[in-house]
Amino acid sequence: MVFGQLPYDVAHLLGGLMLLCAFALLAQRRLEAVVKALAAQGVVLGLAALWQGWVQAAPQLYLTGLIAIAAKGVLIPLVLGRMLRALPPGARQEDAPVAPSLLLALVLVGLALLVALPITAGSRALLRMDLAIALSLLLLGLVMMGTRRLALSQVAGLMAVENGVLLAAIGVAGMPFLVEISTAGLVLTVGLLAGVLARGIQGHDTGLLDRHRGG
Amino acid sequence: MSALLTQALHAALVVLLAPLLLGWVRWVKARLLGRRGASPLQPWRDLRKLLRKRPLVAEHATVLTRATPYAALAATLLAALLVPGLAAGMALAPLADLLFLVALFAVARVALALAGWDAGNGFGAMGAGREMAFAPFAESALLVALLSLALLAGGTNLDAMASLFREGGQGLRVSLLFALLALLAVAIAENARIPVDNPATHLELTMVHEAMILEASGRHLALWEMGAALKLLAWMALLLAIFLPAGMAPAGAGPLAWGWGALAWVAKLALLGAALAVFESAIAKMRVFRVPEFLGGALLLALLAAALLFVSTGLA
Repeated sequence: MVFGQLPYDVAHLLGGLMLLCAFALLAQRRLEAVVKALAAQGVVLGLAALWQGWVQAAPQLYLTGLIAIAAKGVLIPLVLGRMLRALPPGARQEDAPVAPSLLLALVLVGLALLVALPITAGSRALLRMDLAIALSLLLLGLVMMGTRRLALSQVAGLMAVENGVLLAAIGVAGMPFLVEISTAGLVLTVGLLAGVLARGIQGHDTGLLDRHRGG
Repeated sequence: MSALLTQALHAALVVLLAPLLLGWVRWVKARLLGRRGASPLQPWRDLRKLLRKRPLVAEHATVLTRATPYAALAATLLAALLVPGLAAGMALAPLADLLFLVALFAVARVALALAGWDAGNGFGAMGAGREMAFAPFAESALLVALLSLALLAGGTNLDAMASLFREGGQGLRVSLLFALLALLAVAIAENARIPVDNPATHLELTMVHEAMILEASGRHLALWEMGAALKLLAWMALLLAIFLPAGMAPAGAGPLAWGWGALAWVAKLALLGAALAVFESAIAKMRVFRVPEFLGGALLLALLAAALLFVSTGLA
């Protein structure tokens, strides 16, 4: 599959949109906006899964896509949004180093492209592009986790990482246990979120842990 | 011959439409805010009034204050004439190079900043300083975005690019999306629209464009206003020529095709103007220190477009 063919073009576009959502995620300081960017990424991931299901004629991908849209695009953002609205405005944002993290993210995208393309030489173009974008998403999620202090933002970074892994998985034709993998990832993030929510979001500035560091 | 005729028609339309477009955007915005709004003809009426008045020049102003309005208007007018609108293959088409367009916009920008500086007014110098501080971000984002488009089209000639994209020769590429977003951000900053600058106020500490022309009056003010209107039109035409060239008459077509092309162009401009008004009504102005971040985001998107383009051209 090459450019000019619809299956490739749409998959490519959806992958690019996910990358855009990841950059939008990194650019946010307000937690509500973080949740919204994450929701958008979840919806695009679901659409990408649905599209791949149609292209590969794999019905289990429809299930993955619908789960992604329902859970990541609607339910989790709804719950998080409700929790956030209960907080005072000052606790709904963090002073994140946005510009440096975006620059770092750009460098990492370049790195991901440089790494992913040579090692997949000889595979289908669609798979290669998907893997390159998925690796970029994974690294961008790690940047999000590494540059933020609030627990919710870090969980958002983890969810972005998981979205990247899922994008890679749905791009591989005939991937076994896809639905199971996606559900397991979802359960993991939901578990983490529940842990964060159970103790209340406001107490979760990981900067508080600094004084427990040795040295 | 047809090249000359279309160029003349285009020139007439550009001059006629530029203030109308500005008036149209203001009218739509007023309606959205629940006001009746001045007629879209209002910018033309203002221009007519201002052109009849003698400019009042500050005591310490040098020749720059008198010369820069003409230089800026000439550069902007030329830029607006180069961007294809109703038909491809106009007489100036061989000149319509993207880098040349960027240079013309830069000339107009420098003239405006010099004019702001010249009279020694604190506001003007502040506006000029801000304009120059934003310029490196805006221009680098613009250049990178345009170069990735040039990679897709195989050249920096805007006329050839519009013709190629009209036939859908580029496919559906994610780089195009990133380049579009980057160009939209730069267009908003360059035309001093919300969220970067507020075109509707005069006395705000965060203003940029209005601060520089605060000293201008009479004929000079008319020239600056016309220049701003032409710049908005040129930018919208640039976006339309690259991303929505549908309806443009091909090179060497007959007068009927030009007519349809002109109609389609006016309709597209009206739509884009309405979209701008909706966007401006829906968003708040950002702090002036956030603007470099906004334009840095545009630069980032442009770089991303270029990177993905290199990858996909390496693949295909």
